[in-house]
Amino acid sequence: MVTNITNLGRSGVSDWLIQRVSAVVMALYTLFIVGFLLFSSDLDYATWSGLFAQTWMRIFSLLAFVSIAAHAWVGLWTVTTDYIKPAGIRIAAQSIIILANFVFLVWGIQVVWGA
Amino acid sequence: MYAGQESVNNAVNSKRPVNLDLSTIHFPLPALTSIVHRITGVILFVGLIFAFWALDASLSSPEGFEAVRDTLAHNFLAKLIAWGLLSALGYHFVAGIKHLVMDADIGVTLEGGVKKAQITIVLSALLIVLAGVWVW
Repeated sequence: MVTNITNLGRSGVSDWLIQRVSAVVMALYTLFIVGFLLFSSDLDYATWSGLFAQTWMRIFSLLAFVSIAAHAWVGLWTVTTDYIKPAGIRIAAQSIIILANFVFLVWGIQVVWGA
Repeated sequence: MYAGQESVNNAVNSKRPVNLDLSTIHFPLPALTSIVHRITGVILFVGLIFAFWALDASLSSPEGFEAVRDTLAHNFLAKLIAWGLLSALGYHFVAGIKHLVMDADIGVTLEGGVKKAQITIVLSALLIVLAGVWVW
């Protein structure tokens, strides 16, 4: 079995499942947000911030942000592993991706759960 | 002489027909839709900066909310970025559904693969047009 120490689940089957579960979560979140924006005509700040003040929306958002981080890592790990052959450049690129993922996740948590 | 030279010589000297007309060689449609799925994924990752910025600003204060709405309503570059990201999202979404359909073992044949690639292009083209209508 081929093993790799940099992929998320340490096994292809695990990554495959993570990619699909996170995809379904993000698909539902996307449909919800797009639907909300389309069907609330003349959206104002009170309605918008009211939505994100709901606990279920904060949980849904956090779930989506965690899914983004996992999905982006599995996907970009695959792409960088496939196309960037020199190990040094690949590790550098993957490090930047991990850092960006971490920043996005913390940023998202701060926006939705912060004061 | 490097390793590849021998195989090149063999190919040139062999009596087998060799197609060197590169314009007649192209990726099959399912390969192209797969590559675009990857490209849109990378675009969406970079686009997260704009998405999180918009979410952050729109929830920060009534003024921030108006600033985001005003930017999306009047700034051409912002509209272009929004349309581009929505288009990438629409394509990635449809191509992702195709993956789930393949996982369910539906249409996993040569003909089915081409068919699903065609459906992916038609549906995502429709979403891209609708996204453009939404933004403008």
